[in-house]
Amino acid sequence: MGFRNIIGRRLGLGLVRRRKPFSTATCDGDGNGNAKSINLYSAINQALHIALETDNRAFVFGEDVSFGGVFRCTTGLADRFGKARVFNTPLCEQGIVGFGIGLAAMGNRAIAEIQFADYIYPAFDQIVNEAAKFRYRSGNQFNCGGLTIRAPYGAVGHGGHYHSQSPEAFFCHVPGIKVVIPRSPRQAKGLLLSCIRDPNPVVFFEPKWLYRLAVEEVPEHDYMLPLSEAEVIRQGSDITLVGWGAQLSVMEQACNEAEKDGISCELIDLKTLLPWDKETVEASVRKTGRVLISHEAPVTGGFGAEISASIVERCFLRLEAPVARVCGLDTPFPLVFEPFYMPTKNKILDAIKATVNY
Amino acid sequence: MALSHLAASASRSSSLLKPLSSGLSLRRSISGDNSPLTVETSVPFTSHQCEAPSRSVETNPKELLTFFRDMALMRRMEIAADSLYKAKLIRGFCHLYDGQEAVAVGMEAAITKKDCIITAYRDHCTFVSRGGTLLEVFAELMGRQAGCSKGKGGSMHFYKKDSNFYGGHGIVGAQVPLGCGLAFAQKYSKDETVTFALYGDGAANQGQLFEALNISALWDLPAILVCENNHYGMGTAEWRAAKSPAYYKRGDYVPGLKVDGMDALAVKQACKFAKEHALKNGPIILEMDTYRYHGHSMSDPGSTYRTRDEISGVRQERDPIERIRKLILSHDLATEKELKDVEKEVRKEVDDAIAQAKESPMPEPSELFTNVYAKGLGVESFGADRKEVRATLP
Repeated sequence: MGFRNIIGRRLGLGLVRRRKPFSTATCDGDGNGNAKSINLYSAINQALHIALETDNRAFVFGEDVSFGGVFRCTTGLADRFGKARVFNTPLCEQGIVGFGIGLAAMGNRAIAEIQFADYIYPAFDQIVNEAAKFRYRSGNQFNCGGLTIRAPYGAVGHGGHYHSQSPEAFFCHVPGIKVVIPRSPRQAKGLLLSCIRDPNPVVFFEPKWLYRLAVEEVPEHDYMLPLSEAEVIRQGSDITLVGWGAQLSVMEQACNEAEKDGISCELIDLKTLLPWDKETVEASVRKTGRVLISHEAPVTGGFGAEISASIVERCFLRLEAPVARVCGLDTPFPLVFEPFYMPTKNKILDAIKATVNY
Repeated sequence: MALSHLAASASRSSSLLKPLSSGLSLRRSISGDNSPLTVETSVPFTSHQCEAPSRSVETNPKELLTFFRDMALMRRMEIAADSLYKAKLIRGFCHLYDGQEAVAVGMEAAITKKDCIITAYRDHCTFVSRGGTLLEVFAELMGRQAGCSKGKGGSMHFYKKDSNFYGGHGIVGAQVPLGCGLAFAQKYSKDETVTFALYGDGAANQGQLFEALNISALWDLPAILVCENNHYGMGTAEWRAAKSPAYYKRGDYVPGLKVDGMDALAVKQACKFAKEHALKNGPIILEMDTYRYHGHSMSDPGSTYRTRDEISGVRQERDPIERIRKLILSHDLATEKELKDVEKEVRKEVDDAIAQAKESPMPEPSELFTNVYAKGLGVESFGADRKEVRATLP
């Protein structure tokens, strides 16, 4: 059941749902009520509409968001909620995030858009040094929990060096913020609403490849999905695969192929990378004894390294094979070489077999 | 818009027609000569914290004809790139410069190849004016080995080391502090050269620009910051993004000059003035009032945020190539037919370059790993399972 290009099918089978003390979500993502088949950018658009509707101190701003944004995620917002709440900023990422932190510090919900994750670096200082540490260094007097930063990330086939990057690992190294990455339209709407309402600053990366490609039935009502809860989206017994975002569909294809060779794969969507759900992954690894992590970002220092180290710490004696990482290569994201750089289905399949046959 | 008015030297130039036309019958292209000609710029310069240079620009027929040819070449090149993109031979991003040719051409006429130029991603024509060949342009656009960056950069990353063209940058505004760093090195080396750091009206709102300006002014660096104001930052009109669209004044304590960027001679005059100024007094801002006919990039039709009337209006009134054509014709430096022949020649050159570029192969897969680090400090590559195939690459 690939979830790219699916129409009229529901995901969410095999959900492992456990309530966590710090999760703020109500789980109603099973499509009760009316559900319509829409794509990722429409789901995000719906979430933003609901966020602005339900909280009149919510703002959406960023470069070109007023007319709908370069990916159409913000269509209709300016018309519906007015220019005072949905507005364009000049071309200054550092300014956008800094401004958002200030807005949030006054108790508003600031939903900032960074046009491409590749451009988030001028704002890196603001996110790491200001947003992440505000509550901590003021002894809880102030916080910018109302801040949510949305950015499209990931390869798109022809993006080249500066329209394809996956910078999630940089942000996972910063206690004080949360990093969330959805895999599909229904997940995106629920997760984004949770992020916006979460009382901590959140960086929400949207897989741009899936903006149009991923189509799913998404309930029209207001619902939230829990943060820091990973989801087992495919049950298996031989090997655990961990991933997030657009990469999951590639991994799923590899799982399907592996199944033909009799390898039963368990696939986990991490959903929230920081703080990540170690328990779910650990429980799965205790079942299978093998784990493979896959992400588009370069392998060295990627988030897969953190997962690998944690799992080895916790499950060393249970592991039957070394932790495998199938990731982007250690080069800048290339232009013409993109097909070689990417962690493709065959690379993953290869690694699955090697790990299982270790 | 007012064009040139014939100066007294017009009578001199008409007496030179004879040798000119006899030369024509031998060569395939018109070359003109160096006899001086004075032309007035379309509008006077507006200045901030400095004395504006004179409106009268010294030029000569050879220069004007070169301007015409170069701009016609650039125009043809950009339009050809448009077709190649639509034919999917060029992929990724492609930002076209047609309409803005006068800035590249005028700037080059005022400086030497020892001066540095650094710009953003709308760099095809700047690369050509720095001496890049059409083959290198098209090959790079199509991602082939014969490209200037060996096919690894693409449209946004053209570079030419031997003529001090520092590229070709994707992140908006990031090239400006870099340019000021180049200027610092030039000041240090005392070789009387300057750096032109180009950026757009969208980038003018980046914080790093002001950091760069402050440092350049503090240390008296020979940096010339050139704002190519085409009035739209992608789809956002300048008045929507900037409190003060007078970009030449943004430097506050740094002097500035506003220039008609569609007039190659005005650009040349301004750049000459700026170079002299920068070498003596430190940084200066040039705002080039220019216009791009295409959208921001090939994925932007360019008509959702501006009217077609506006675009065609600029094309009729201010087109840089037409301006030079009228100048040449009104001074009798060449006939209409000769200019048309130049355009035909240029078209053929472009077509030939494209054909040649198509022959060039794609880079070798091993090139994926080259030049990540300096040679010898290898990048390791693993097979999918990280156990077997393991190689240290260049």
